[in-house]
Amino acid sequence: MRRAHVLAAAASLLAFAPAAFAQDIAIRGREVHTMAGPAITDGVVVIADGRIVAVGPADSTPIPEGVRVVEAAVVTPGLVDARSVVGLAGYLNQPHDQDQLDDSAPVQPQLRAIDAYNPNEALVAWLRGFGVTTIHTGHGPGALVSGQTMIAKTVGNTADEAVIVPAAMVAANLGPDALASGGKAPGTRAKQIAMLRQALLDAKAGDAAKPAKKGAKPAEETPPGLDVLTMRDVLARKLPLLVTANRAQDIMSALRLRQEFGIDLVLDGAAEAYLLTEQIKAAGVRVILHPPMMRQYGEYENASFTTGSVLKAAGIPFAYQSGYEGYVPKTRVVLFEAAVAAANGLSRDEALASITIDAARVIGVAGRVGSLEVGKDGDVALFDGDPFEFTSHAVGTVVNGALVSTAPQ
Amino acid sequence: MTFPTHRHRRIAALTGAAIAVSGALAAPAAAQDRAIAFTGARILTMAGEAVENGTLVVKGGKIVAVGANVAIPADAERVAVDGRVIMPGIVDTHSHIGQVAGADGSGPIQPDVRALDSIDPLSPSIAKARAGGLTTVNIMPGSGHLVSGQTFYMKLRQGRTVSDLAYQMKDGAALGGIKMANGTNSMGDNGFPGTRSKSAALLRTALTEAKTYCAGDRKKRDLAKEALCEVLAGERLVHFHSHRADDIMTVLRLRQEFGFDVLIQHGTETYKVAQELARAGVPVSNITLDAPGGKLETMDLRMDNAGILERAGVLVSIHTDDPIVDSRMLFREAALAVRGGMTREGALKALTINGAKQMKLDARVGSLEPGKDADFLVLDGDPLSAYTHVLETWVEGAKLFDRSRPEDLLMATGGYGAGSPMEASHHHWEIAEGEGVH
Repeated sequence: MRRAHVLAAAASLLAFAPAAFAQDIAIRGREVHTMAGPAITDGVVVIADGRIVAVGPADSTPIPEGVRVVEAAVVTPGLVDARSVVGLAGYLNQPHDQDQLDDSAPVQPQLRAIDAYNPNEALVAWLRGFGVTTIHTGHGPGALVSGQTMIAKTVGNTADEAVIVPAAMVAANLGPDALASGGKAPGTRAKQIAMLRQALLDAKAGDAAKPAKKGAKPAEETPPGLDVLTMRDVLARKLPLLVTANRAQDIMSALRLRQEFGIDLVLDGAAEAYLLTEQIKAAGVRVILHPPMMRQYGEYENASFTTGSVLKAAGIPFAYQSGYEGYVPKTRVVLFEAAVAAANGLSRDEALASITIDAARVIGVAGRVGSLEVGKDGDVALFDGDPFEFTSHAVGTVVNGALVSTAPQ
Repeated sequence: MTFPTHRHRRIAALTGAAIAVSGALAAPAAAQDRAIAFTGARILTMAGEAVENGTLVVKGGKIVAVGANVAIPADAERVAVDGRVIMPGIVDTHSHIGQVAGADGSGPIQPDVRALDSIDPLSPSIAKARAGGLTTVNIMPGSGHLVSGQTFYMKLRQGRTVSDLAYQMKDGAALGGIKMANGTNSMGDNGFPGTRSKSAALLRTALTEAKTYCAGDRKKRDLAKEALCEVLAGERLVHFHSHRADDIMTVLRLRQEFGFDVLIQHGTETYKVAQELARAGVPVSNITLDAPGGKLETMDLRMDNAGILERAGVLVSIHTDDPIVDSRMLFREAALAVRGGMTREGALKALTINGAKQMKLDARVGSLEPGKDADFLVLDGDPLSAYTHVLETWVEGAKLFDRSRPEDLLMATGGYGAGSPMEASHHHWEIAEGEGVH
């Protein structure tokens, strides 16, 4: 009796942990959008041992004997959400499941996303059901430096199974959302930048001081804190600084920071980026753009559904994100957001790129995900029609070669 | 178990009043004496089959004729809209546009407060709603009270004052319902209920006291009780914010006890009690969101809710709760309902005639039929397609949104100068902050 229970539990674990059990599978689609060339009519994607081994037209791409074949009207790469808080900001929205923000101090770059990520959060499964296979998630808005982000697959029973990049970026926030109240700092935009500059200068100073310490008494030396060590990684361009800035003046502040410290800056939100395409382009900065359906109030009062098309025309690399929601819906879905962009100036292909290959490039994992190419991870999304029609359904999600979702969403 | 009911003498009064709306102030901008005939469109009248290559004739702010073979008056201005889709203006049964703010923090039951006394008719949110194809909107106070005030049925005419935008009755009074709520939003400290039972008890007490007042000589005027008298007489529709199945059943119990006319607002878990709602003949104004959660009461949110209600025979509309869903995204919400199993026809009705019926405005709006208000949209495709845009929004014969005008396009897409520096006027933000989720 007891053994039977254990076996049942083991079986359910298997069902729950597809990441660890990569499979061989072939996906055949009437339309296959590889995002690495033109779409293939009646195409096939063959996955072996979790990786793509063949992509091409069905009549010239053999499917090995005995391999399971799944069919759908439209096949795309698994979707990549370039910025989320899913897994940290739980769907119940109660204090016990909100780990995207610790507000005990305004600057905490040492907070790691992997120490909070819950791979079994309901919203991870929710996104997975809509074809999202990779998320760049982590600490959110609400503090000047709220912590680190990570990149994960939307599968796995543990953060370790899910993660593909444990420390992806350091999240900073400019503007009213990251102001402290009650006479605490930062209380103004100028103070925010002063504090950020000081944090970077402190990390730099500590770094520079080290080799000069030859004959000095080492006992006096306090080892650098985790915050300083993290900021040194930012200075060394090992970790990009992901700066949420929506107003034009906040975007310019971020660009000045980059100029002063030579950091690898990624702009996030960027609601008024359409006013500053020249400056952003000149700085060579990539943008993780706010969801088009972000409510156009407050810092987003001048946001537009069309900003993606403006950035596209200017040649600025960008991706869409689900972002952070403090209320309902607790998360957005990049599939829906890109659809709105596709109706507002972006071509369907460009919109799809913004949540697949372009998103993978912006977050630095295009070598593994974002397109259907030989050698990449076997991450695929299946739809019963145009993915951007809200009346279509996601009918299958494959991660690392495992079919992890089949219920039509 | 049976409860005393007052249902016999309700409804008739309001229905009559609502229909006999004065036209005098109704269309200040639309002194439209010459007929306009729109030809060549696919017309979704929402009163029968779609008309291919149809003609719509409007005059004096009203629909004169609609159909495949209709006579076009000789002097009519002709507008060719071949390949376009024409459908009724959308009726949004639940919105907070216009920076509306109803009851304050002084107590949980404030029927005396009117939404119309707080609405800013020049708020850009109203122009954005027109850009989204909305022409009739129920603007409500929030759900942070058991009774948060009287709602305002807005016709999205051109206008500078709130009365320009009112559905006015013969006596000049603006038409609207009343907002009530149960569940967690309306709970709190300082005289607000701490439990669901207390919520129901406070509401029952207020309605019981009002009954005595209404039966008396009413010499000493009591604004709060006067509004509840209209509720008890079935003259003022109760828009009841309720998410959880048990809370929805509480609404049905209250309705049975006091005999008021009620529309369930949000109704996240109405799929769990669809049969009960159908049996009671209680309609639902539903919202579909992109994900469950955000608060405990929406943890079981499902995209197939509206479809389940439709199949159960419940009269269902789909609302924005703007700013929860932007007014320009209401078509998308209907498409999501179809994704969840609702019929296409049902979803389009849920945007138009069903909401009009729920608010008893269907004699004037919600479908394209002769005699009704000339409130209609010109679209460049299937209303449920993601790629379709509202090209024109007409209200009472006046074109008030035209996507080809740059200033109107700005309202349709957003962009610099389109917004309001104010935060969205909505109780939900305050509640979210109060719960410490930031």
